[in-house]
Amino acid sequence: MKKDLRIGLLFAMPWILGFLIFLAYPVLASLYYSFTNFSILREPSYVGIDNYAELTSDTVFHQALINTLIYAVGAVPLSTVVAIGLAMLLNSKVKGMSYYRTIFFLPSLVPMVALGTLFLWIFNGDYGLLNEGIRAAGLEPPNWLGDPAWSKSTLMLISMWGCGQAMVIYLAGLQNVPVSLYEAADLDGAKLGRKIWNVTLPMLSPVILFNVVMGIIGALQVFAVPYVMFPGGAPARSTYFIASYLFDNAFQYQRMGYASAVGWVMFIITLLLTMLALKISDRHVHYETE
Amino acid sequence: MNWTSVGITGLAATLVIGAIVTGERVITRQDRTDRVTVIYWEKWTGSEGEEMRKVVDAFNASQDRIFVKYLSISGIDSKTRLAIAGGNPPDVAGIWGDQVVQFADAKALTDLTELSKVKGLDESYYIPAYWDGYVYKDKVWAMPSTPAAIALHARPDLLPPEAATPEKFPKTFEELDALVEKISVQGPNGSLKLAGFLPSNPGWWNWAWGYYFGGQLLTGDKVTIDTPENLRAFRWIAKYTKKFGSKEVQSFQGGFGNFASPQDPFMSGKVAAEQNGVWKANYINVYKPGLDWFAVPMPYPADRPDLKGRSNLSQDVLCIPRGAKNVKEAFEFISFVQKQEVMEGLCSAHGKNSPLAKVSEKFFDTHPNKYIRLFDQLARSPGAFNIPKVGVFPQISNEMNVAFQEVNSEQKTPERALADAQKRADIIWSTYQKQVLEK
Repeated sequence: MKKDLRIGLLFAMPWILGFLIFLAYPVLASLYYSFTNFSILREPSYVGIDNYAELTSDTVFHQALINTLIYAVGAVPLSTVVAIGLAMLLNSKVKGMSYYRTIFFLPSLVPMVALGTLFLWIFNGDYGLLNEGIRAAGLEPPNWLGDPAWSKSTLMLISMWGCGQAMVIYLAGLQNVPVSLYEAADLDGAKLGRKIWNVTLPMLSPVILFNVVMGIIGALQVFAVPYVMFPGGAPARSTYFIASYLFDNAFQYQRMGYASAVGWVMFIITLLLTMLALKISDRHVHYETE
Repeated sequence: MNWTSVGITGLAATLVIGAIVTGERVITRQDRTDRVTVIYWEKWTGSEGEEMRKVVDAFNASQDRIFVKYLSISGIDSKTRLAIAGGNPPDVAGIWGDQVVQFADAKALTDLTELSKVKGLDESYYIPAYWDGYVYKDKVWAMPSTPAAIALHARPDLLPPEAATPEKFPKTFEELDALVEKISVQGPNGSLKLAGFLPSNPGWWNWAWGYYFGGQLLTGDKVTIDTPENLRAFRWIAKYTKKFGSKEVQSFQGGFGNFASPQDPFMSGKVAAEQNGVWKANYINVYKPGLDWFAVPMPYPADRPDLKGRSNLSQDVLCIPRGAKNVKEAFEFISFVQKQEVMEGLCSAHGKNSPLAKVSEKFFDTHPNKYIRLFDQLARSPGAFNIPKVGVFPQISNEMNVAFQEVNSEQKTPERALADAQKRADIIWSTYQKQVLEK
């Protein structure tokens, strides 16, 4: 038994070492650095809770935090509804369904930077594909990229592009819903809407909870697409998110200690929101084993 | 499972970890065992990178003691910082001139004062305003690779005859405003079709507008954003938003293509005049060959003729990071780049003016920018100015960008936007003084 454990540990050692060196150590180090003045190029000097105290009066941090929360509030429900809708469509019995599933999943494989560049063209105010369509419909299109009132909405819409991952998980969840429940609903005379509300969504609720929690974590870390599409959080910091602020402090302003504090505050906020989601889920998530 | 396979697995794991730890050092050093290898990181890619590669090749061929290994690196500033912190920096790094102070404050650079003195690379060798960009706290921290100056570019085909030549083009902001009023075209619904000029295009030097109205961002030891001169500049900017309409300007600019493409607003004829750098000619030659254009100095306020000929300068520089292995050899290469014929060749290929005090007639005669003499004059003018020498310039520039965008989108009045920017800048500057300058 001891020998098996030793051999097992030896085989797991590359992963364990990788975890300790590249994940556990940086995480703990960043906690320490968050209490220091650290510019990478100099030895860190201990400053107590100064960095955290500064965050309380940092108006740019507040703005970035509000932007991030607004984005999460918009993007997570939107992506959830779209992903569930697509999963339901792709759960129907239609010829060639495996091709459709692949097609709808493919966009989520596009790298974030390529995605940002692609959407710069699609959302271009003058000759963008989207505004061409809106104009063709006889409407006055907004300036998606240049108007502070629209810039966050633009990013929320773009977030739907990557909902393929969640869609696949919803699809797997849908296929696990017992057919007998739908048959029972049919016998009771339930229409499609009622069946979705009373059968599909309750049975899918654990999957929804998982995806929503992952969505919240992802939305709070949004970085690559706004970094490519809206340099500096333009216009007027309307797309400046916490991850952008963390990056700027760490790599542009050489304030690694302050950036670490931003990261830890963000971690606590993410943790609290996740706990809140789990708490709320107590009443709304139905587990088959219950 | 036997001990042989366990041993092999363990050995493989050790090799992987060993490669991770030592690989970078093993791979990047000593390409040529017969010469000292100087690692040179440069931010340029494409044709600009290739022109620098030619200079490196020429240096490598000019002697048999040093071999410069040239690597084009994206995100050079952050990667250089991390490499310095990791104790394995390049010997030469091609950073932006506006980062010299920040790097010097962080003690990330090697002091080049003595080395440059020995090679005769002193104040007299360079145009004074450019030299000023290499010196901080009485020490030399960098040497130029290519510099630039800014001027107003205009398209005669979009101008009325009375303004269609450099001589006749408006000299003051008031005259420019009147011209813009006259030639700009808006559709029946207010949508802009042609803008005579837009302060927000290309939007790369929002920090500098106040300087054209007599202001500055650093006065002594204080960051001075909300001064009357800077406020005057931002009121002038706000006038343009009011004139055309905030939404109309935003919508119009939303359709501007990339500056390195035929969809660039100047090349595609959406704006008749724009502020831009000496390199603009290179892009025009590539993306819109044959386009008729001219360059003139930026305007000045009618009541401030003393501000005539102002131009904000920028430059790419070469520095030796702290901890570089081959400092003397690295400076050998840097001083090779400073040779007049090498510098002129590089600057000409990049479409830039020369930073050197002495410039050959051949440089002017063969330069791809037909207005190169103007840019040279602007750089030598007493009105030429660099970015303020303050380590928090990136943050201050960001604050100025935000203030500009807030005014341009009518979210805030110029007074409010600058007051907010000043408040933020004061906090940033005092934190920097405390934490970095240890004041």
